[in-house]
Amino acid sequence: MLLEIRNLNRKFGAIVVADDVTLDVEEGEAVGIIGPNGAGKSSLFNLITGVLRPDSGQISLQGKDITRMPARNRVSLGIGRSFQIPQPFEHMTVFENTSVAACFGRNARERDVQDDVVAILHQTGLLPHANLPAGSLSLLERKRLEMARSLATNPQLLLLDEIAGGLTDAECQGLIRTIRDINDTGTTIIWIEHVTHALLAVVSRLIAIDFGKIIAQGNPAEVMASEVVQNIYLGIE
Amino acid sequence: MIYLDTIIQGVLLGGLYALFALGLSLIFGIMRLVNLAHGDLMILGAFAVLVGVDALGLPIPLAAVLAGIFMFMVGYALQYVLLNRTLGRDILPPLLVTFGLSIILQNGMLETFSADTQRLNMGGLQEASISLFGGLAIGMVPLITFISAIVVILFLNWLFYSTETGRAFRATSDNPQIAQLMGIDNDRIFALAMALAMVIVAIAGLYLGARATFDPLIGPSRLIFAFEAVIIGGLGSFWGTLAGGIILGLAQTFGAQINPEWQILSGHIVFLIILVIRPKGLFPRVTG
Repeated sequence: MLLEIRNLNRKFGAIVVADDVTLDVEEGEAVGIIGPNGAGKSSLFNLITGVLRPDSGQISLQGKDITRMPARNRVSLGIGRSFQIPQPFEHMTVFENTSVAACFGRNARERDVQDDVVAILHQTGLLPHANLPAGSLSLLERKRLEMARSLATNPQLLLLDEIAGGLTDAECQGLIRTIRDINDTGTTIIWIEHVTHALLAVVSRLIAIDFGKIIAQGNPAEVMASEVVQNIYLGIE
Repeated sequence: MIYLDTIIQGVLLGGLYALFALGLSLIFGIMRLVNLAHGDLMILGAFAVLVGVDALGLPIPLAAVLAGIFMFMVGYALQYVLLNRTLGRDILPPLLVTFGLSIILQNGMLETFSADTQRLNMGGLQEASISLFGGLAIGMVPLITFISAIVVILFLNWLFYSTETGRAFRATSDNPQIAQLMGIDNDRIFALAMALAMVIVAIAGLYLGARATFDPLIGPSRLIFAFEAVIIGGLGSFWGTLAGGIILGLAQTFGAQINPEWQILSGHIVFLIILVIRPKGLFPRVTG
């Protein structure tokens, strides 16, 4: 088992973002997460990456307890993440953004990761923009850069947070292909997404979250068709 | 001809002010920390060289290298142990802590070195100068100071734009939360930045002590020049800081030309005028 989450709880005052979450993700799996806004999806990612500390519960990666480990150390253990709102280092070039992630995410020297960075920029379609400042990129390019950076840390577990939102259909198709490729090379993926058709094109298991609680999980089609999801999630759409 | 001489002296003085200011600019650029103890640390650097020369009998270059190493360690420890704890959303804690640090440093140095004014003796270099046409002469110490400032800037630009460490500096400066998720240890990066700034401070202290007398309480009045140079030049740009230093140096030497009592005042006036016309400085790079 790559990721094991046991009885994870986290509250902000009266708001519960994780309510007794227990979740296993196997190596090589592609898992989708859906749920209404504010359901605790991004908070779950924050808990996994270590930006947020749980009130109680346990998180393990490959059998190693990482519940109290600082965020930067989890990166080198193999947890990569892209953000819902892209946050590139605006004053640095696309290449530099990716290179920083590669060097520090893997504890490697720049000359050793250079070829890999180029390959990742090629894979994410950013190679033509490699020397542009990240601040000048379009939304799609920024999202691709988010993904390139998280890939550059050489993750075993890649957490993608709503990267398909706001894209055109053609852009979305390209993104789906890229994510499938990443998954095919053995990287485990957990993907939070509102654009369900993109999600369903990739994932083999779907999890629905509401009020910090897992309310349904399993086969994507069955979860989508289940009454709880129909009521809580699709009713709001 | 007298104007040409004034210009040369002013530009060279600007090199010294740039050295005062570069550490300040570096620290603010990377971690948005305004170090009010910067001037006193500069004096500490000058005393560190003095101890090497007077107490240990070392030649100045060796004493300066040792002072640089000493200040590197002081900077790293200071940031790692103390200042990192003050950084956050609120800008007040680092201001208060560095203000307190300034007072501690002044009194600590007063206790250790007494209130006597000191000077670093550069030996034969002190009076040496290069003669130019028309009776103009350039003092060796001011010239070496200016060249040192340029070397420091070239080094900083190389470090920032061509090395992994430099990219980590820039990434952390841009977004510390995200930098952490790239595996960067912000605390260490900040400590390294402060250590580096303190090496520049030691260099500044060396030339400060060679050019004029200093005493334990003179730091804050030198800090003002550093602030002015940084703000005139625009935050975050090292060449801008040099330009700021030169403009300040020129204003002071021209002011002194008109009336010796106006030297400091005219520098402040030019600073205020630029602050009114271009509040972000002449060559700003850091925004937000």
